[in-house]
This record gives sequence, C-alpha cells and structure tokens, in this order.
Amino acid sequence: MTVPESWGRYPRSLDAHVAILPSGAAQRRDRLDAYDTPVLAFGRGRSYGDVCLNDGGWLLDTRRLDNFIAWNEDEGLLTVEAGVTLAAILDVVATRGWFLPVVPGTEQVTVGGAIANDVHGKNHHRDGSFGAHVVSLDLARSDRDVTACGPDHEPELFRATIGGLGLTGLILAATIRLRRIPSAWIDVETIPFATLDECCALSAASERDWQYTVAWADWRAKPDARGRGLFLRGNHAPAPPKGHQSRTGNSSFPSRRRPITIPSGMPGFLLNDVSLRLFNSWHFHSTAGRTSRTCQPYRDFFFPLDVVGQWNRLYGSRGFLQYQCVLPMDDGIETARAIFQSVIESETGSYLTVIKTFGTMAPAGVLSFPRPGLTIALDFPNTGDGVFRMCERLDALVRSVGGAVYPAKDARMSAESFTAFYPQAASFAPWRDPAFSSSFWRRVTTRRVTAPQGPAPQGNATRGTADCS
Amino acid sequence: MKNGLLIIGATSAIATAVARMAAGDGIPQILAGRDERKLAILRDDLIARGAPRVETLTFDAHAHERGAHERGAVIDAAFALMPHLDTVLIAHGVLVGQAEAEADPDLALESIDVNFSSVVALLTPIAQRFDAAGNGTIAVISSTSGDRGRRKNYVYGAAKGGLSIFMQGLRHRLDARGVRVLTFKPGFVDTPMTAAMPKNALFAKADDVASGIYHALRKPGGEYYLPRFWRPIMSLIQHIPERIFLKLNI
Repeated sequence: MTVPESWGRYPRSLDAHVAILPSGAAQRRDRLDAYDTPVLAFGRGRSYGDVCLNDGGWLLDTRRLDNFIAWNEDEGLLTVEAGVTLAAILDVVATRGWFLPVVPGTEQVTVGGAIANDVHGKNHHRDGSFGAHVVSLDLARSDRDVTACGPDHEPELFRATIGGLGLTGLILAATIRLRRIPSAWIDVETIPFATLDECCALSAASERDWQYTVAWADWRAKPDARGRGLFLRGNHAPAPPKGHQSRTGNSSFPSRRRPITIPSGMPGFLLNDVSLRLFNSWHFHSTAGRTSRTCQPYRDFFFPLDVVGQWNRLYGSRGFLQYQCVLPMDDGIETARAIFQSVIESETGSYLTVIKTFGTMAPAGVLSFPRPGLTIALDFPNTGDGVFRMCERLDALVRSVGGAVYPAKDARMSAESFTAFYPQAASFAPWRDPAFSSSFWRRVTTRRVTAPQGPAPQGNATRGTADCS
Repeated sequence: MKNGLLIIGATSAIATAVARMAAGDGIPQILAGRDERKLAILRDDLIARGAPRVETLTFDAHAHERGAHERGAVIDAAFALMPHLDTVLIAHGVLVGQAEAEADPDLALESIDVNFSSVVALLTPIAQRFDAAGNGTIAVISSTSGDRGRRKNYVYGAAKGGLSIFMQGLRHRLDARGVRVLTFKPGFVDTPMTAAMPKNALFAKADDVASGIYHALRKPGGEYYLPRFWRPIMSLIQHIPERIFLKLNI
C-alpha cells in the first residue's frame, strides 16, 4: 500500500506506517500487541480529512478482515468482520430482499468505518444513523481482552465506540440488523426548486411519505438563480420495473458498472469555475423544469458518484475540503442563508451543495454528528488561505447557533470549535484506548488557537508497510 | 457447476474470490486446503453469502514422502462427500524466489513439486472420473510465466509451463468425451503470493482475475489469459528469436 490518503487528499500524511492486519485477526480474543507509537484502524479511507490518518504512528489496515461470519435470516441479523464493505453486503443481500437500514453517499466504506463515523444517509429523518442499527460489536483494545459490547452489554463502551472515530479500539466484527425490502429498485421523484425556502418546504412535505430525501443546490449560479436546485425523494419500489422482472430476481438486476478510475496524478484543472457552472446548469435543467419520476437500481440512487472511481482526484493534488455542518432547526434556514452568503462573498466557490433535514431521534453515540436540524455539505477545492479563513468564519456562524461540524469530513476545525460542537467530548475521553490516537484527535484536543493553514506541503513521505501475515 | 464445485487451495486470494461468487449463485462447494482454521472461516463466510452447503477437506500439496495415490486421496474424499460434483478448480501454488531456487536445489524441486507434480497427482484421478462420467469441468490456474522461460522466473515458470502442456494434452484427450478442460494464465496479480514484489500498472486485482475465472467456467475448454491483454503480449514474447531474447533483461 502506498502512502495512505483520506478522500479529500488533505492533509497529507507525511510519516505513516501501515500494518496490514492478517486474515484471522478478527478471531483473536487477547488484547492488542503494543506498538511503539499510537495506532488507528484504517478501512477504505473514504473520510475526507484526517479522522482516518495517524501521522507519525501506525495505521492498522483492515482490508483482510473481509469475511462474513453469519447470517440469521429469521431475525435479519448479519454478522461480518469490520473490513467488509457496505458494497460487499449489498451485493449479497439487495437482490434477495434485504437492505442496510442506513447507507451513506458511497458504498465503498467498511463496516468499521461506518460505525466509527456513525454515518448517516438520505433516510436519517426516519431511521437515524448507522450506529442505531448495530446490535453488537467486538472491540480489541490494548488494555483488556477483546470485548463484545452492545446496547445491553457494556453499553457505555458501545456508545463511545459508535461515532468514536476509531479511538476506543479496533473494531473486529459487528452484527447489524438489516431490513426487508420489496425489491432492489427505488421509485424516485426529482423536483426542481428555485429557493432555499422552497427546498425546506418540499422537505417538510415529503418526510411523511418518503423514506429517502435529499436536495442538491446550486449556489454558484447567477444572483437571480442562486439557491435553485433539485429535490430528490425515493422509496423502495414494490417490484422491479417491466423488463427487469424474473422469477429468480438475480440475473435481471444490472451488475455494477466498472468504474472509470481517475488516474493518480490527475491535474485539477477539469473542475474549474467554468466547467462547474456548466455542470450545475446542465444538472439543474436535466428535468426540464418539471418533476420527473423514474425507477432506478439502488446503486444509481444511493451511490451515483461511485461510478467514477477515485473521483476525488479530479480536484488535483492539492485536494479539497468538505464542510458539513448541522444547524438546529429554529435558526436553521436563516443560518444556512448566512453561510451561503459568506461562501459567495469569499469567492472560494463551493461546487456541490447538499442539503438535508435530520430526524429528531437521540444520537446513537457519544460523539455522533447527526442531531435535529438542517445539514449542509459544501465542497471547496483547496486553493489556499482564503478557504481556511472562510471555514473559520463558517465555524463561528455554526457555533453561534449551537450547531456542529462533521468530523468525518473535517480537516481543519480548531480545538475551541470542537469543544463547542461536542461538549460531550469530556465524557468520551476516558473511553479512548490509550494506545489509539489520530491526527484529527491530536489536532482538536490541543489547547491553542489553530492558525489558518496553507495548501498541503509537497513533502517526501516516509513510509513503511509491514505485512503481518 | 450447480452439482458441486471442488476448489483445491481454496484459501488463496483468487480462489476465495471465486468461491464467494459461487456462493452468491448458490453453488454447493468443497474447499480443500492446508489451514483448517482458515478453511472454517471461509466456510462460514460462504454460507453467510448464500452457499447451500460447504464442506472442508485438508490438503497439503507438499509430498511429505507420500506416494501419488496418497497425495491424490483428497479427490476420493471429495467425491464421497458430493458424488455428483461436476467442476474442479485447482488453485494452489507456491512462489519460491528465483534467486533462492538457484542457490538451493531443494527449493527448486519444491517449486516443481508443489506447482506441477502435486497437480498431476490430482488431475490423474479427476480425469479418470470425469472421463468415465462423460461430463465435468477441470480448471487449473497456471501462469503466463509458463509460456517462455526467462531469467527472472524460470523455476516457477518451468513448473507452470509443464503444467500448461499437461493440460493441453488432457484437453486433447477429454474434449471428445464432453469434459471441458480450462487453463487459466494470469499475469501479475496483487495477492499475498506476490507481497514481496513491488507493484506496478501490470498487476491485476485478485477480484478481477477471479471474476474472469468464474465466468469462464461456463465457457468451452481452452487457455484463458487474464486479463486478456496478456494473450498478445505472450504471443509476441513466445515468437522472439532466441538469439534476440537472450539479450533482453526480462
């Protein structure tokens, strides 16, 4: 494995050692061996910033922990090793009438990563986050033997591990409660809207009857068109569409398209102001101004970007930042407007803006990000100081309304901001395994004001890879 | 394949990926390998993925001073478990370092024995059974390195080359009997076997090679290069005149 990267390719990990855990590691029962520096599990590196990085320490690569362990079809309980991806699970279960209760925007994440970040999806308003559907998990630590934990067994360790960013130990395996679905197809309605208010009204009107809702908005358009976008809502289709029905079901479902993989070293000029305005305009007009109704295979609805392998490379070697925050509902819309205004003024240009309403259920983990309110996700190419200063301004806005920023996407929040967003971090800290740490954790628990950082330094990576098998 | 798939060397990376695809299609399987613990983990994995029945058998390709009959006994054991099994995939092997094999004849002979002789000890009883039954599929993972001996890898290459020729003859014998004989020739593959080699763009992923193998199991007998671009490359390499080849550093 080459130098580990997070999805945003910023910050760069300059001094990383990777140990590929041997297959069979998930069956261990004794405590973890000591390394001379802090360790952290590494799945597929789909988090954006540095929650999956451990500069100066060891990363424990879970790619060989890819076995299914058991499938209890009567109760819908699937037990897998933590390196199994959501894609592998859906490949097996989706055409047989089962689905994961929560999926994020890509299926190329490991179960361990999904738990550690307590990921959420388009159905959060109904079904909550991933961690809410984990029935139990096996955790390896340096200070005790492998511990099975769940809501009824070691519940505090369990709630610290959900959304615990891999800091409570190495997740070896987990049991997830799947849900029954009538088919692997999704009935989708795509509705254009002109303003943020319209978007929120659509969202409120949709949540009773639609399981999956999300909005994409264009804030790069000309002033009178700003805030326009497309609202998507979907439900599992009761049956596959005509032409795809078959008695066995399996053979008629479209197989995964081979992704076109963007090569490493791809320069970032393809995603620029002109091309992205054009893309946004084309995307918005793709429904010709009317509500469109389609029936899509689940991959097209949930994971449209996965068809371009390594799409993050389109941003070039400087990488990009993603800013995702949640704004409590009272001031949510106004704060969102202020955020967009701030972004426009800074001219740092978010290309893709995603908006969704979270549900009102209690968080599944101590450090979970999803909480009641409006969540907005913005992408910024890493063009330097201006982007970082703008993100600091956004942090201040989010803090002023008692919101939070999502660690899984964060590369630069300050320790002060983290404490404001996650006051419960104090009750989390005792559950961290002393042998575990991450670049993110060290950054947000350092008691100093973080100065704005410039673009990623082009250092020579010192790297070592150890194969433990 | 639906009457049963026997995989020798089932815990290897490519074979595991093939087994998982077969499990997804509901194929009953017998897994043979050296490490009982790994076999048990794979068995549970395949059943969770949809295989209706999975059995495991111990198989060690090394001779350990056993005669050929004893070395091939796993075949009888497999047919005792699933008398109608109709597909066999032989996927075990060892990559002994070329430099080490040059220095130590025991290592050189180990490579020939595990990669060629042990496979012959299995193919002989399998061929007799399928010949008598008048149907079946025999598949073996050989290698592009068996297409021509070259400085960097000729011990492993010789074993695989001999195996490929044996498979050609077997195909010639069994084609008219309704038995399909397939030789898979992957190029470089990123698996634990090649962990020590620096990776480059020519390396394929184990999953991709496995997918090629799994889908070819329904195709007619023949030699299959995986990925397909190796076929023209190896054709070229095979036709380079010897005097010129001797000057190449490959």
